[in-house]
Amino acid sequence: MSIYINGIGCISPQLSTDGGLFSGVIKVYEDEFLKCIDPDYKLYIPPTMARRAGRIIKMGAAAAKICLQDSGIGMPGAIITGTGMGCIEDTENFLTEMIRNDEKMLAPTTFIQSTHNTTAAQIAILLSCNNYNMTYVHRGFSFESALIDSIMQIDQGEAENILAGGLDEMTPGMFAISTRLGVYRSSCKGHISLFSEKTSGSFAGEGAAFFLLDHQQTPSTYCRLEAVEMLYKPKDEQEVTGKIIKLLSAHSLQIEDIDLVLCGINGDERFDGIYGKVLAPFEKSRLAYYKHLCGEYHTSAAFALWLSAMILKNNRIPPFVLINEDNSLALENILIYNHYLGSNHSLILLRKC
Amino acid sequence: MPGRVFITGIGIISSIGDNVDETLFSLITGKSGIGKNTLIDTVYKNMIPVAEVHKDDHELAGILGINDIRDFTRTSLLGMIAAKEALSDAGITDINHARTGLISATSVGGMHRSELFYKDFLNDHSKGRLINIIHHECGDSTEKIADLLGVKDFISTVSTACSSSANSIMTGARLIKNGKLDRVIAGGTDSLTLFTINGFNSLMILDKNKCRPFDDTRSGLNLGEGAGFVVLESEESAMKSGKKPYCELKGYGNACDAYHQTASSPEGNGAYLAMKKALDMSLLKETDIDYVNVHGTGTQNNDLSEGNAMLRLFNRKIPPFSSTKAFTGHTLGASGGVEAVISVLAIRESLLFPNLHFTTPIKELEMVPVTSLKKNVSVNHVLSNSFGFGGNNSSLIFSKN
Repeated sequence: MSIYINGIGCISPQLSTDGGLFSGVIKVYEDEFLKCIDPDYKLYIPPTMARRAGRIIKMGAAAAKICLQDSGIGMPGAIITGTGMGCIEDTENFLTEMIRNDEKMLAPTTFIQSTHNTTAAQIAILLSCNNYNMTYVHRGFSFESALIDSIMQIDQGEAENILAGGLDEMTPGMFAISTRLGVYRSSCKGHISLFSEKTSGSFAGEGAAFFLLDHQQTPSTYCRLEAVEMLYKPKDEQEVTGKIIKLLSAHSLQIEDIDLVLCGINGDERFDGIYGKVLAPFEKSRLAYYKHLCGEYHTSAAFALWLSAMILKNNRIPPFVLINEDNSLALENILIYNHYLGSNHSLILLRKC
Repeated sequence: MPGRVFITGIGIISSIGDNVDETLFSLITGKSGIGKNTLIDTVYKNMIPVAEVHKDDHELAGILGINDIRDFTRTSLLGMIAAKEALSDAGITDINHARTGLISATSVGGMHRSELFYKDFLNDHSKGRLINIIHHECGDSTEKIADLLGVKDFISTVSTACSSSANSIMTGARLIKNGKLDRVIAGGTDSLTLFTINGFNSLMILDKNKCRPFDDTRSGLNLGEGAGFVVLESEESAMKSGKKPYCELKGYGNACDAYHQTASSPEGNGAYLAMKKALDMSLLKETDIDYVNVHGTGTQNNDLSEGNAMLRLFNRKIPPFSSTKAFTGHTLGASGGVEAVISVLAIRESLLFPNLHFTTPIKELEMVPVTSLKKNVSVNHVLSNSFGFGGNNSSLIFSKN
């Protein structure tokens, strides 16, 4: 069965909710990490929630509401989220209170909001949606798992349409830890030109993007979501290439049919090498990247999916994502290839409608 | 939906035993694992009982033959022990012989170590031993289990609070039914933490005594720790392996209460919908259910809400039911896996396990659980409930072959 992306809501460090990015306005950051541009939350969520909820919950709920409005669907058949780290801000706040107050007189609010499924649950409460509700939390597989579950459910007729999202927030505390661990550079200065300085560590980012996946095409359809695959700790680039070829042939496609590969290059010299090797056979495809716009985080593939779906719908590739020259005319099939710290590799295949 | 999913292996570790045999012995002899906290350094050490696995991290690692525990959180070690037992119980020796996946679940991942890190980190971001925070992520324990068992084809992690591992079993079954995998090791793991003890304490839902699920005098839950995994196999895979399945996973349902982040709706709407969905999928009638392993945490809110949902589903004719949390404590993200294993044991051994510490039915419900071990009972269909924060409610139905 074909699965269509019929609505999107994307909150990111770029102007992704109002078309600003596609008209060429690029936000550049110079502090620690790339931070999401807050929409006017009161347009999407109740004032109490806007006041009390952690940032990731607000970003997620607003992105979900934007997505549903975009699709014209009021009540999705299921809500499935993926988040690598979940509600970091609330978790940190409860830990801080617990330690500072020597475990005494703690308010439960931040604990209540610290569970990874909080955003999916809060969206369900906002919509009064009693349907299937699920949250995947596996590093660079979090969002991909949410998509795979969605595809299976629509394929099997368990749901006609599903609200699926990927979301992660960055906090100063988590940034400090991740930087000490060598995941990120100490500043995101220079993020916009990922290639200029090859060193270890990437640029920290965050985002929340939701998609309305549906069994049928509508006037609001962006593209078809053909397949999602995950590959855990491949032993070498050949294993990844093999997986790509198998995926393409399962959809009667060859490497030449892929008009654009959007890859997860993140500027970290320890992990970027594999992209060149895996993508070498894609001689005729356009190559593009995206993490200079949103930064690196567990569910960045959700931003990549937003970008790809917009490209297919608008039939136009913004020049600032291209790595090589745009010398072909066709724009039918897009492959997203990303990996998280070399362990979690994922592929998303999209087709124009 | 096509395809059937069978359970061919089980593995468990909790406060009532390090493996299936020890667990069964405790369930039969009525030995609760709830007692004094000896492992978590909290100011409530002498006030709040817990159901801890009676081994420190080194001893747990010893079971696995691991000497250096730095890279293994308690959550990982518990999960590795239970998942390994499940795989071996299913008689699987060559993991790559068929397409095999691992879906694990956890609510707090490596928090047990993160909170140690955070004490030093809080006032100075350059402080804190990184080895204690690097394994914080929920996916960490899953990858440790996958690497131990050699699982490559598909791995993922679920976190929906206390229904996490019921949902991981559901995702595992769906992957088999969709023909993506032949077999899946599914379940979950969680260790006790300062974070959860204080979190549940701040909600004022921790009993200072042993919990009394479905009792009118109930006053909260006891936190526990552990891991429970089952091996799910497609019909074809189970037939090929030759291992006689314990039972079939005949139905599952996931519904959201959509009422409140932590409280259940009084009428238990989400709970009812989850059970109803599972029953509809199984094509069974509610009168076919021989035993319900209830979520039954022992909190005022859960038991009343779950009871109301059961009265509605079963049209007031309630089958035998019990909460086994008075044995194991509430193992949070692991509870769905732990109770799936206990449900399979009920079928395998033709036993109904007691709801310990019960004396008085809840006034509004007048429901009386199984209070003593029932032997030689025909247990053909078991319904297992797991409900979590966020109104994430899930039910599984296990049926004798």
